[in-house]
Amino acid sequence: MSSRPREDRSCSRRDFLQRSAAFGGGLVLALALPDLKAGSRGATVSSSQLNAWLRIGSDDSITIVVDRSEMGQGVYTALPTLLAEELEVDLSRIKILAAPVGDAYVNALNGGQVTGTSNSVPDAWEKLRKAGAQARVMLITAAARRWQVDPSSCRASNGRVTSTAGKSASYGELAEAAARLPVPKEVRLKSPADFRLIGKPSARLDTPGKVDGTAEFGLDVKLPGMLHATIALCPELGGTVASVDSAAALAMPGVRRVMPTANGVVVVAEHFWQAKKARDALRIEWAPGPNAQLDNAAIWSQLTAAAAKPGTSALSSDNVAASLKAGHAADGLKQAARTFTAVYELPLVAHATMEPMNCTADVRRDGCDVYVGTQVQQMAQAVAAEAAGLKPSQVNVHTTLLGGGFGRRLEVDFVPAAVAASKAVGAPVKLIWTREDDMTHDLYRPPAREAVTAGLDEHGKLTTWTLHIVSPSITSRFDPTNKDPFDSVIEYVQNFPYAVPNFDLKYTRQEIGIDVGYLRSVSHAPNCFAIESSIDEIAALVSKDPLEFRRELLAGKPRHLQVLKVIAERSGWGHAPKGHFQGIAFMEGYTSHIAQVAEVSLEAGKVKIHRITCVIDCGQTVNPRIVESQLESGIVYGLTAALWGDVTLRGGRVQQRNFNDYRVLRLNELPLLDVYVITSDAKPGGVGEVAVPPVAPSVCNAIFAATGKRLRTLPIAAHKLI
Amino acid sequence: MVRFTVNGQAQSVEADADTPLLWVLRDHLGLTGTKYGCGLALCGACTVHVDGRPVRSCLLPLQALEGKAVTTIEGLSRDRSHAVQRAWIELDVPQCGYCQSGQIMSAVALLQVNPSPSDSDVDAALSGNICRCGTYPRIRRAIHRAAELLREAKSP
Repeated sequence: MSSRPREDRSCSRRDFLQRSAAFGGGLVLALALPDLKAGSRGATVSSSQLNAWLRIGSDDSITIVVDRSEMGQGVYTALPTLLAEELEVDLSRIKILAAPVGDAYVNALNGGQVTGTSNSVPDAWEKLRKAGAQARVMLITAAARRWQVDPSSCRASNGRVTSTAGKSASYGELAEAAARLPVPKEVRLKSPADFRLIGKPSARLDTPGKVDGTAEFGLDVKLPGMLHATIALCPELGGTVASVDSAAALAMPGVRRVMPTANGVVVVAEHFWQAKKARDALRIEWAPGPNAQLDNAAIWSQLTAAAAKPGTSALSSDNVAASLKAGHAADGLKQAARTFTAVYELPLVAHATMEPMNCTADVRRDGCDVYVGTQVQQMAQAVAAEAAGLKPSQVNVHTTLLGGGFGRRLEVDFVPAAVAASKAVGAPVKLIWTREDDMTHDLYRPPAREAVTAGLDEHGKLTTWTLHIVSPSITSRFDPTNKDPFDSVIEYVQNFPYAVPNFDLKYTRQEIGIDVGYLRSVSHAPNCFAIESSIDEIAALVSKDPLEFRRELLAGKPRHLQVLKVIAERSGWGHAPKGHFQGIAFMEGYTSHIAQVAEVSLEAGKVKIHRITCVIDCGQTVNPRIVESQLESGIVYGLTAALWGDVTLRGGRVQQRNFNDYRVLRLNELPLLDVYVITSDAKPGGVGEVAVPPVAPSVCNAIFAATGKRLRTLPIAAHKLI
Repeated sequence: MVRFTVNGQAQSVEADADTPLLWVLRDHLGLTGTKYGCGLALCGACTVHVDGRPVRSCLLPLQALEGKAVTTIEGLSRDRSHAVQRAWIELDVPQCGYCQSGQIMSAVALLQVNPSPSDSDVDAALSGNICRCGTYPRIRRAIHRAAELLREAKSP
């Protein structure tokens, strides 16, 4: 029950691509395998393609095509590990190639070529091991034929096939013959007891290039004859260009072109700095559009007013467990001896990747190459094709490393202008957004108003728990046919982990005038804040220990209870040093189970966070070392959002412009992080996002323990406690 | 024309005098290991050494470089053999990696003046370098490990 992959079902990011086939002019896919020449150097080396993910060179080189984008989460190591395990090669020999757009590279769990929803490993788990095993069988078969022996007398190990008769050949010697063999349909995968690589803390394959400056991000793409560009975006979100006086800009050194586009004015020059200076010299009259009066007060009055509407129940969702559907929330509340209500409010939050948005395009008459750090190769291809006036099949998408994704690069809003500029000047163009453009023109995490109403019986037992979410929709922008309430913004609550006889979840969609987007952990952070804060409040109401209260509500769920048991031990729950206070939060999400304990103290009325303990059961790990860094990563990302994350608008303009007014956690502000991965042989769960959501509630629950003050709104900084 | 050295090589660059060193390195000299993050010396992604000291290259104009010696991430070693690079690899510090050139250059500069930094020394020296992936715990450990490697190298 607890291991069911419920949330991989409806209203997830997965659906947006499945159901948005018409987006950007249609996703016409062709199975395009990577250019074989790219993997080989020198005339004497040939290379053989054994399947969509693997090619073996006559020089014994092993190239693995990775179809998920590397944005720090470690897919350039984890996915090759799966294939290499079955292929019987060492990781150190592997070269990585980013996949082009192609049917073979669709993420089955997302319904598109998408890196998101923390499911790269769950999607690849069987697929890539099978691909490795098939290739191994083909290599063994090729060897057996060459030696005229029975394949069962041959075995593969460390990049070679050997026979019991003492023959031996390297994969490189066998690859060409192996590639001509039929692909075996049925192959036996290794038993976990025989894993050499999976579950072991191997070194990341992308580290070397990231310590000597050679790693290539989108910003680093260099093409012969390439020009540089930047863009002036309308300061009011949703506004457009009314008129441009570009005379001064065009007279500046190096400037080649000034061109208005749909959302701004592009300046193309020989160098970036010239383009930037010329952009600043443009005299643009903007048509500020429908958001010219928009500010936070307006946003929140809309959300609050919408909360009076009843909302649409999500109980019909397949994702909601049958046990939660069995009761009747309205009756439960009527019969309750005691009720509890609380409203939790979550602000707009920015992604703020370290690498600002950028894209390099090379448009020619018959085709176009796009070099971009993207999480959505098909969408990048579709919008580039539209901007270039070409067919999608004429656009090659080259995925670079991503200088942070966090969901920001699920958007392709920065692609068309680069393509249009390249087409206009007839040369490759790299277009870079400045940090200010990036900060003020994000697709922010939507604000949410989440109201909990709960009921308890006369013994203090929780009998009813309901949540009413008011928020703008994310899903409907990608899929206009999407129906309420099945939106990404309610996704996690459907996974409500606690046993209550009566449960309800309602959603009222309230748009706010600006587009919102997917941000690392999407609904899980706001939903988890409402769930874990309310459970903590209710525990206090009935004078129960917060961890013990959760344990009772999770009875009969062994993985959940194990996580609680281990976090209690590792955090020293109930035994904090004098003057220190603890708060806990739990989440079951991305088919992983996670708990965090925050430990805080008060110094002169200000909260100091000393330590965050984090325990996860994410099933079988591929590389526990990467899992640990993802947990640390999620905690740091979650801390920034919890402490300071707050995007504000005035007159339709985002007021935060750079890292001085959009504060992010720095090294000197880092608490002690203690992360622990429970060894498990369950199916792999997601790890890239799962550590973000428990941060805010665990810290706020600790603040309650320390001060008696309950924070129902974020960020924490707004309460003057830090 | 401004003359200076980059990673020991003489360079003369013809560009607008106010062009920041960051863009001189990236667009004129092809050294893209140094990253653009904020343009206002707030994030540290563009950290390089000028005459041995860490500076934010996004605000340093070309005209201030005459006769200076610039070191970038590409100039730390030919083969990732610098102690800080070795420590970074040993502890698998980078995630997305975008900020890491700046983090490493700040770490190298710290260890040059303080071969045995405490945690608070590390915090002070690296607080100007933002990492959104949260590699901070590993950066701290890797700097201590690099200090160890440097000490080992000195005492055969």
